[in-house]
Amino acid sequence: MDTIDRQIINQLQNAFPICDRPYQVMAESFGISEQELIERIEQMLEQKQLSRFGPMYHAERMGGGLSLCAMRLPDDQFDRVCEQVNSFPEVAHNYARDHKFNMWFVLATETPERIEEVLQEIEAVTGYPVYNMPKKEEFFIGLKFEL
Amino acid sequence: MPDNHQAQLDELDREIILATQSGLPLTPQPYHTVAEQVGCSTDEVMSRMQRMLDDGIIRRIGAVPNHYTLGFRGNGMTVWDVPDEKVRECGQKIGALDYVSHAYHRPRHPPEWNYNLFAMVHGKDRDEVMIKVEKIAELLGADNRGHEVLFSSKILKKTGLRLGGGPN
Repeated sequence: MDTIDRQIINQLQNAFPICDRPYQVMAESFGISEQELIERIEQMLEQKQLSRFGPMYHAERMGGGLSLCAMRLPDDQFDRVCEQVNSFPEVAHNYARDHKFNMWFVLATETPERIEEVLQEIEAVTGYPVYNMPKKEEFFIGLKFEL
Repeated sequence: MPDNHQAQLDELDREIILATQSGLPLTPQPYHTVAEQVGCSTDEVMSRMQRMLDDGIIRRIGAVPNHYTLGFRGNGMTVWDVPDEKVRECGQKIGALDYVSHAYHRPRHPPEWNYNLFAMVHGKDRDEVMIKVEKIAELLGADNRGHEVLFSSKILKKTGLRLGGGPN
């Protein structure tokens, strides 16, 4: 990764334009050609320096439900519960964390009402309580991850 | 705008979302490419995406850096117990720090879980994350009544958030 790649990452965290030739517009600010910018983004996606490029949709505002949930599991139950939790298509991400609350997953559902139903289904099938921690407010100050 | 605000989306909006939720086409005229996929004019795609951006359905259009691949190997979920009436003030302070990518107010579950403010803190390694956490603790002062850092030890599942619940 060179200086231009770093500039691209820093700059493209801000607004990418909606216009006929947006890559051309951005490329000019980096002093490179449109084609080179497209190739660099492609390469950074392939090498996973970027996890994605494009519009980021706001799940709740599209009418869906989204929540962060946590569970406290005994070590000897962890793998079994993990398999059961992950089998729900509504479970989008799931992380093990070093804490008494050792399983943290994100539920994404078609409707907000469905969150509560899935929680109850997970509790029923695993036998352990699920702590629902939907965000009440987001302090999203834009991304400013500088390289 | 509250997070539970829901905008009205019609069938064409949904098709545009489906066509772009895994990424914007890497073609010289990406909105034209989307228009061809969904069968409408380029102007229609651009004006609908602009409207979704204005309405907050699209948070932003751009790149999402992969912290881990870029050398930020320490990523801690920090959780804080701050007075409920000051959670917004504290959240805004923390959210403005350049090493914090997200900050959220979330419900407590007493007595097992007393934290009401979450912030993702990124650093080169765990030691650097811990130094930054101490800085946050100083910044919050007496409003910080307790905090912990939860490092992830394993990714158990990771799929994108997809409209339509299709396979990822």
